[in-house]
Amino acid sequence: MKRREFLACGASAATIGALLTSRLSFANTAATGRSRFVFVILRGALDGLAAVPPYGDRDYVSLRRDLALPANNLLPLDGLFGLHPSLAFLKDSFAARELIVFHAIASPYRERSHFDGQDVLENGYLRAHATQSGWLNRALAALPVGRGADKELGVALGQNIPLVLRGPAAVTSWSPSTLAALDDDTLQRITDLYAGDPLLAKRLADALAADAIAASPMSGGEADDAAGQDKMAVQIKLGKLKGARYTEVIHAAAEFLRREDGPNIAVFDTTGWDTHANEGGAQGQLAGRLSALDSGLRSLKEQLGPVWSDTAVLLVTEFGRTAAINGTHGTDHGTAAAAFLVGGAVRGGKVIADWPGLANRALYQGRDLMPTSDLRSVFKGVLQEHLLVPARALDKTVFPDSGTAKALSGLVRT
Amino acid sequence: MLEKLAPAIAANRFGLGARPGELATIGGDGRDWLRMQLTGPPPRVDDGALQASSEILEEALDLRREIRAARLSAADSETGDALLKVPQLLRPVYIKEVTARFRQAVTTDRPFLERLTQFWTNHFAVSVDKSLLLGLAGSLEREAIRPNMLGNFGDLLLAVESHPAMLLYLDNHLSVGPSSKAARNIERRHAERKIGINENLAREILELHTLGVGGGYSQTDVTTFAEVLTGWSIGGERGRRPQGEPGKFMFRAEIHEPGAKTVVGKRYPDTGYDQGVSVLHDLATHPSTARFIATKLARHFIADDPPGKAIDRIAQAYLASRGHLPTVYGALVECPEAWIEPLTKYKTPTDYIVSSFRGLQIPVDTGHAAVAPFELLGQRIYGPGSPAGWPDRSADWDGASALMKRIEWADAVGQRTGNWRNATELAPQLLGATLTDGTRTAINRAASGAQALTLLLASPEFMRR
Repeated sequence: MKRREFLACGASAATIGALLTSRLSFANTAATGRSRFVFVILRGALDGLAAVPPYGDRDYVSLRRDLALPANNLLPLDGLFGLHPSLAFLKDSFAARELIVFHAIASPYRERSHFDGQDVLENGYLRAHATQSGWLNRALAALPVGRGADKELGVALGQNIPLVLRGPAAVTSWSPSTLAALDDDTLQRITDLYAGDPLLAKRLADALAADAIAASPMSGGEADDAAGQDKMAVQIKLGKLKGARYTEVIHAAAEFLRREDGPNIAVFDTTGWDTHANEGGAQGQLAGRLSALDSGLRSLKEQLGPVWSDTAVLLVTEFGRTAAINGTHGTDHGTAAAAFLVGGAVRGGKVIADWPGLANRALYQGRDLMPTSDLRSVFKGVLQEHLLVPARALDKTVFPDSGTAKALSGLVRT
Repeated sequence: MLEKLAPAIAANRFGLGARPGELATIGGDGRDWLRMQLTGPPPRVDDGALQASSEILEEALDLRREIRAARLSAADSETGDALLKVPQLLRPVYIKEVTARFRQAVTTDRPFLERLTQFWTNHFAVSVDKSLLLGLAGSLEREAIRPNMLGNFGDLLLAVESHPAMLLYLDNHLSVGPSSKAARNIERRHAERKIGINENLAREILELHTLGVGGGYSQTDVTTFAEVLTGWSIGGERGRRPQGEPGKFMFRAEIHEPGAKTVVGKRYPDTGYDQGVSVLHDLATHPSTARFIATKLARHFIADDPPGKAIDRIAQAYLASRGHLPTVYGALVECPEAWIEPLTKYKTPTDYIVSSFRGLQIPVDTGHAAVAPFELLGQRIYGPGSPAGWPDRSADWDGASALMKRIEWADAVGQRTGNWRNATELAPQLLGATLTDGTRTAINRAASGAQALTLLLASPEFMRR
């Protein structure tokens, strides 16, 4: 296999090359419907070679040994790549041309600390701790007034806001509560008490706004009572954020995104991908996590209903894992990984990967999958074509020093 | 101004929140009160009902072996239940540990040491997402951290890294030297089996426990250090004939990677277990470690972005004393930067809950009720989810939804204690000179005793330390 064999399902290298155009004018692209964007951070370094096994690579089996998935026990995407058997929904989405898989992709970060890796993934700069804001927030701040800059466009599903969504643009966080709501009088007094404290005043106002959305009946066709009961059921289930956490967080994401007056953007994260020992193959530890993630995404699609066609969901991780398994049936911290863009708004059905191969000399520092493309190209492409963030801002404030990472074009239907 | 604020800063920033009467005890300076706490042996948590880690681990490992045996013979449905048995066994241990620690935090009259204990537990974080850690996280704090927190950092480091909780959490008990005797034997018999190291513990020691990212180590150092640490394991677990004392630290020479090794520029001859001890010893007194720990302490006690002068002062004390921790804490207390501006730190959920219990003198519940508030407010005790521990900046904790939960919880506490605690009297006792006129007035005008308490706990000055 050639070092630079450029792979994409059903497309030649030339057409994929055309995706890498840097600037297109969207002045004429009317913003029909509202684009929804869900950003999911898989914290802990997802093993891209397990989630998207390159089963056609001649070195795959020897590196992965007893964790290698045989061709008859994975979901093939093309002659080289397959999906882990736990990712049935993603396979269906691929067939429906609603999924793009990226491989051998990485942020600009090249060390192996989770925490710095996640910082770079979220801050959009070249270095960890370069700034206290995140690229997704700065992208929202760059939207022209009238395209939503005047309202809260982003919600973090969790008690606190992850770095990627922190910054100058107004965003909020929401998580379910099992506590009794405050009476109006106490709430009013606390609001008054916070009048002289800008941070707490802002946070309290945001929380009340988010609760108002989450607690009111759905907009749309359902009868109020039924929707209210439906909502109650969600609340009760969400109160126990344990076992099927992904599914339930996703449920809340759908509630926000479905609403006409709700945010356009939802962010959440999942943990548990740091598979140093007993990672498992078709079954086992990682398989269980992937299966929960996959069914959560299926449930997101179902619950979004017609809104799914306006939605793009991007799933990324801070870096990949070693190409070879380690001495404890797991994998250690690596470099390039896989990423997924799925949704009704996605122009999918392809794998985008400048596949470096798994031969020893092709590995990064002799141990990790070599990164051959930059996650910022995907971020830029989605922000530009899906959320209509001006290209100028992407290069300047959203991703400083990203000249080498050109926006990938054609990722979404426009 | 400084004089007036000092007691509130001592009790709320360095301690765990004032108890009624505590500010008066502290008096004018604040520093003396903190320094006094550093003398004498470190406090023990009341551990009458708590088991040693080795006992807990032995039980859990026995159970796991039974489950494995059952899995070989039984149908899938039964093994599903069996998998839940380990958490079922260990959850009560977890609750007992958290309750004892929570009670200690609420009642102690050396709260500075209790905060420092929590600081080190977070520095050497393990997480109960790994189910065995439900049983062991508390014992790591009791057995390795508390006894060493007033000694040298090097001893603390060695105690933590050789504790079964850390070895299990970061997978080192499974790590096998590829040229070790055991690996060669296995490969002779099963050519297809791959035996080797797991670099998780070595990396996190360098990155999170000692030098810090950018502290001067390379990927090669990580891999080599992992080889040095092969053999640091636990008795009773491995192989058909269990060796060593079950559940206790054990150096297994047969899986140790032989040979001299160079880590962070220094060559260590192969002295078996002592090779790893020597590396840890040198890491403990490395200038990068001094700076890394000084920065974390300054961030925890002074400000999210701590002043460079304070970091320098603490790091110098660290280096001059070769990591003598009371000297380091003393330098921290001496930093003038810590005493100028009050309320620079947003409380974590744990700080918030513990300071509420201290301030209102609420007795700690038993059972699930003792652990519930931490889970509800988003900081499950011993559950940071990653070896980096919980983050330590305002932006990590001040989310809108998090604030609303705090207020709702404060309201529940206010309802529960409204009849027997008086917010008007408590407010100056808890907040001292940081109490604002706005909060005082709001409390005085409250519609009920319960509402007054809610307002006290929800006030901007009680949200911070």
